[in-house]
Amino acid sequence: MIAEYFNRHAQTLVFTLGRLYRRPVATALTTLVIGITLALPAGLHLLVNNVNAVGYSWEGSLNASLFLADSISEKDGHMLASDIRSRSTVRGTSYISRQQALEEFRALSGFGEALELLDENPLPAVVIVRFKTTQSADAIDATMRELSDLPGVVQAKLDQQWLDRLFAILATVERAAVIIAALLAIAVILTVGNTIRLDIENRRDEIIIMKLVGASDAFVRRPFLYTGFWYGFIGGIAALILLGIAVALMAGPAGKLAALYQSSFVIRGLGFVSSVGLLGIGILLGWFGAAWTVARHLGAIVPR
Amino acid sequence: MGDIVYLHRVAKRYPGGHDALSDVTLTLEQGEMAFLTGHSGAGKSTLMKLIALIERPTRGQVVINNQNISQVRRSQVAKFRRNVGVIFQNFNLLNDRTVFDNVALPLVIRGETRDTIARRVRAALDTVGLLDKERLYPIVLSGGEQQRVGIARAIVAKPPLILADEPTGNLDPELSAEIMALFRRFNEVGVSLLIATHDVELIRSLPYREIQLKGGHIADRATAAPYEQPA
Repeated sequence: MIAEYFNRHAQTLVFTLGRLYRRPVATALTTLVIGITLALPAGLHLLVNNVNAVGYSWEGSLNASLFLADSISEKDGHMLASDIRSRSTVRGTSYISRQQALEEFRALSGFGEALELLDENPLPAVVIVRFKTTQSADAIDATMRELSDLPGVVQAKLDQQWLDRLFAILATVERAAVIIAALLAIAVILTVGNTIRLDIENRRDEIIIMKLVGASDAFVRRPFLYTGFWYGFIGGIAALILLGIAVALMAGPAGKLAALYQSSFVIRGLGFVSSVGLLGIGILLGWFGAAWTVARHLGAIVPR
Repeated sequence: MGDIVYLHRVAKRYPGGHDALSDVTLTLEQGEMAFLTGHSGAGKSTLMKLIALIERPTRGQVVINNQNISQVRRSQVAKFRRNVGVIFQNFNLLNDRTVFDNVALPLVIRGETRDTIARRVRAALDTVGLLDKERLYPIVLSGGEQQRVGIARAIVAKPPLILADEPTGNLDPELSAEIMALFRRFNEVGVSLLIATHDVELIRSLPYREIQLKGGHIADRATAAPYEQPA
């Protein structure tokens, strides 16, 4: 009995897939729309995750930048850097001369040509201070105060600040992603619902015939529900493919960017669990869209 | 209790006030075959729809196979219809499915096993002489062949009652005679049949009861029940 039950559902599953296969263009368009709709929030989620990962990889290495007065010579700057290195909270320092800063800026910023217009180098020399990772926030704050009071230091800036801002921005984007995901989930339901509604309209005669020969509502409903299942499933696959392409396209530039920051960061795709999750969500939305439409329209089709 | 169809003082008024049937009482015995005749608009289709539970009567009792249809709830209609094989004038086949799948439909709906379905569909197709066409689609068949597919679908689940609404309406006389011959064979093995037709020429030559409807009434009261068998 149970084997028969599953057998029947499996047959409907194959049968509905065959029906979709016989209308390849319509099916491709519908599933592509669903795929894009699913890929958008998933892509946003990926973006947030990747930027988060970069942020966390930098969080462990807390840096401060000490901007030096132009009057400090290169030699004095080096000395200042080695002085600071001897402090107990500091792991290491490095001195970047005005000339080095200029070259780095030229290479990385893309505004190199604008610098040519200036008579002199506008960039200050910098001492980069790397703190020991074991330091408490209070100890770092105290050190920062001392460092900013050192003669020749114009400004001391903890690089943590922009990380905090980054995380705040990411939290905002993530919240936006959730809202967008909710809206697009509704879009998927409506897309599937509308497609199934047209399908029901086109199969009006067929539905009536089936009811005339004794088909129960559940029997008539089943193929439409499985069609919704397939739309969700194939749409989910399309979304995964689109995301895969996007990640592949992003990998090059992202790798270059990471290299500039001496980071071993590699852009990450969705991963197995999330991919299965995306498929599951697609299937759920497809099924729900179909069920909702069928509930609204199938009852009205009765033999006359 | 020997009646497969029993209507008592049945009336049907459609929304809008049109009285399709008024005060119809008739019986069809278990294993009987009878014709329902009358001009279009006489109420033949409405009567068939009441028996197939496509419409509900406004007044009166309809008892099919010892089941009073007023007690059949909406959710049970599907199950009820499985006891009635219906044959249509326009065949009502599913054109995107093969002959085999069309005939199999009532069995699939019942949840029969694949083996049972294959065996009984082939038996039904054999009965109507279409065993070699099971893989074809209905569109490529002639009208007579399509109607025989419809008949195979109506008998495949072996319902005790078969309703046929103008089954020969779209067929030429020769094919019509073939279809009638098929119905007689079903009747010989005990199936009850009620056949609505306006093809009076065809049926007057056959030894079956004719129930004539006229303006929503039964024209001749004597035809409302089976003829008394001569002693």
